[in-house]
Amino acid sequence: MDSNLMQAMLRDMLRARAFEEAAAQGYAQGQIAGFLHLYPGEEAVAVGVLHAAEPGDYVVSTYREHVHALVRGISARSIMAELHGKKTGVSSGMGGSMHLFDRERRFLGGYAIVGETFPIALGAGYAVGYRKLPEAVICFFGDGAVNQGTFHETLNMAALWKLPILFVCENNHYQIGTEIHRHSAVVDVYRRACAYGIPAEQEDGMDVLAVYAAAQRALHRVRSGDGPQFLELTTYRYRGHSMSDPGSYRPEAEVKAYEAADPIAAAIHEVSLQYPSQSELAAAGHDCIRQFFDRCCQDGHIDDAALQRLQSEVQSEIDDAVQFAIQSPQPTMEDAQAAFTQNRRFETLV
Amino acid sequence: MTDLLYWQALNRAMHIELAEDDSVFTLGEDVALYGGTYRVTEGLLAKYGEWRVRDTPISENSFTGLGVGAAMLGLRPVVEIMTINFALLAMDAIVNMAAKIPFMSGGQFPMPLTIRMPGGIARQLGAQHSQRLEVMFMNVPGLRIVVPSTPQDAYWQLRQAIRSDDPILVLEHELLYFQKGVVDETAIAPPLHQAQIRRAGRDLTCITYSRMSTVAQEAAAVLASEGIEMEVIDLRSLSPIDWESCVQSVSRTHHCLIVEEDCRFAGTGAEFCATLQEFCFYQLDAPIQRVAALDLPTPFNGALEAATIPAKENVVQAARKLMGLNQGVSQ
Repeated sequence: MDSNLMQAMLRDMLRARAFEEAAAQGYAQGQIAGFLHLYPGEEAVAVGVLHAAEPGDYVVSTYREHVHALVRGISARSIMAELHGKKTGVSSGMGGSMHLFDRERRFLGGYAIVGETFPIALGAGYAVGYRKLPEAVICFFGDGAVNQGTFHETLNMAALWKLPILFVCENNHYQIGTEIHRHSAVVDVYRRACAYGIPAEQEDGMDVLAVYAAAQRALHRVRSGDGPQFLELTTYRYRGHSMSDPGSYRPEAEVKAYEAADPIAAAIHEVSLQYPSQSELAAAGHDCIRQFFDRCCQDGHIDDAALQRLQSEVQSEIDDAVQFAIQSPQPTMEDAQAAFTQNRRFETLV
Repeated sequence: MTDLLYWQALNRAMHIELAEDDSVFTLGEDVALYGGTYRVTEGLLAKYGEWRVRDTPISENSFTGLGVGAAMLGLRPVVEIMTINFALLAMDAIVNMAAKIPFMSGGQFPMPLTIRMPGGIARQLGAQHSQRLEVMFMNVPGLRIVVPSTPQDAYWQLRQAIRSDDPILVLEHELLYFQKGVVDETAIAPPLHQAQIRRAGRDLTCITYSRMSTVAQEAAAVLASEGIEMEVIDLRSLSPIDWESCVQSVSRTHHCLIVEEDCRFAGTGAEFCATLQEFCFYQLDAPIQRVAALDLPTPFNGALEAATIPAKENVVQAARKLMGLNQGVSQ
C-alpha cells in the first residue's frame, strides 16, 4: 500500500474525529443549534470510499454528512460555519448541518428525509449516463433507508438503465433506536441489491483498507459501464442518533466491543510499529485489528513522532475552523431572499 | 397561425424544446412508446431516442426525484406525472427536494425542472382521479405553478417553463386536451406568470383560471345579454399570482367574483380573496364572492359529478346576486 495514501487516509480519519468532537462541544456549549448527527465510529466508511473516488465523481449524502463533505475536500471552516448557521457556511447558512451542498466539488447535498439520496443519485446517474461521461455517482445511505420505497424504485431503475451509480450502505445497525433485526426481515442489506441484479458485496466497514479496496473495485466496474454496484459496509456509531439522543437503547457491552474495533485506532496501528501491544489486541478480540497490526509489523509508514505531529496539525485546523465559524457574520434576510431568487434573476415573471 | 388542439400545442412545444436544446429530456409512465396517455409526447421517441424520451416504471416518487437530480447536473427534465392524483406519491420529490434544494444550497444549484400533470374533474373518473390539488402546491415556496387554459398558453407556458431555472409545475386540465384554438408560433409570449383579460367588462371582475376560465367566459356572454358586463381575468399562474392585473380591474369594476374548480374550503379562492381585500378593500362596493366546488369527494354518478363543480349557471347567478346586492335590484 502506498505510503502517501496511507498517511492521507489516516489524516482524514483524524480530521473527521476531531471535527465531530468539536461539533459536539459546540453543541453542548450552545454555539450550534438544531439537529446534529455525528459520525464517530464510522470514519473508515467515508474515508475509504471517498479516497477511492475521482474528483469528477458526484457524491450524495444523508443528514450525517459532515465527514463526507470534509473528506471530499470542502474546508473544515465552511462546514463548521454552516453548522453555526453563518453566512460563510458552505450553504450560506441556509442549509445547516443536514444540508451541506458544494457545487464546485460535486457534493450534491445532505438530505434529511431518509431515502432521498436514492432518487438524487438516480438523476445524477441518468445525466452522466445520457452524456456518456466517465464519472460515477456515489450514493450514501444508512441501513434504515433500505425500507423506503425509493430504495427499491431507484435500484430497479438504476439497474434497468445501467446507470453509473455506486450505492454505499453505511450499516450501523440502527435506525435511530430500532436495531436492524427489528426493522428488516433480511438483515444482510447487500442481498436486497441482488434482487435487482446489481452486483453487491458486504465488507467490514471498520477496516479502512478493506473499504478502500472494495470501493476501488466497485468504482472500476461502474466506470467500465457495468452499471450500478452496491457495497454494504458494516460499521457502528459510538454516539446516539443525534445530539439529542443518549443512545440508551444499546447495551454498553456492544458499544464497548465496537469501540475496541475503532477504525481510527486500527488505522493508527496500521502505520505505527509501537502501538498497540499484541496483548492489547488480543484483549480487543477483533480480527481486523490483529490483521492491521500484523501488516503494520511488516512495513511501517509512520513513526510515533510523526503521528503526534499529524494529530497536532489536525487539531489546529479544527480549532481554526471553530474560531472562523464563531467570528463569521450572520446572514441577513436579504441573503435569504437572494438565495431564493438566485435562479430566476434573468426572468420577468409577471 | 394554426388551429391546434390543446394536446397538440403541448406536443408542438415539446418537439421544439427537444430539438433546440439537447439538455431537455422527458420521462414518465408511457410517454415514449405509447406516446403519452393524452398524446402530448406522441412522436418524440422516434425522433429523439430513449435517453431523451424515457418510459419509466410506476415509481412516481423516484422518477420525479430523478428529474430533480438530473436538473442539479444541468439537464432540463420534463417529468410527466400521468395525473395530478399520482403526484401525491411524489410529494417528497416535489416539496422536500425540488422546492428546497436551490434555497438550502444557498442558491448554488438551479432547478430547471418542469413537471407536467393533467388534473381537474373530467368525466366520471371517480373520486381518486378527479382531484384539484393545486392549492397544496401553492403553499410551498420555491415551486412555481402555471395553469394554461388555451392551446396558445399551453404552447407558450410549457416552452417558458422548460427554459426556466426554477422548478415549475404545469397543470393541464383533462377536459381541455381536445379543445381547439389558434396557436401563433411567431407571436411574442407574455411573461410566464402574467394574467390575461379574456373578456373586458365594466361592471364586475371575475378572477379565474384553467378550465373555469372558459366557463366564466360563457357566463359572461349570458350576463352581457342581460346588460351586465363581466370582465374575465384568467390568472394563467397560481404561483406567483399577478396581483397587479387583478387590482387594476377590481379598482375599475368595484366588484369581484372568484370562480374556481377546486373545493371551496381553504381553496385557491381563499387566497385570492384574502389578498385582494388587503389590496382593494376600499375600492369594493360589495364583499368578494366565491363560486367553488362542493367540499365533497367527487361522486362517480355523472349528474352528481357535474353538480359538484361550478357550471355556467352558477357563475351567472352569483354575478347577478353580487350586482343586485349592490344596485338594490330585486332577484
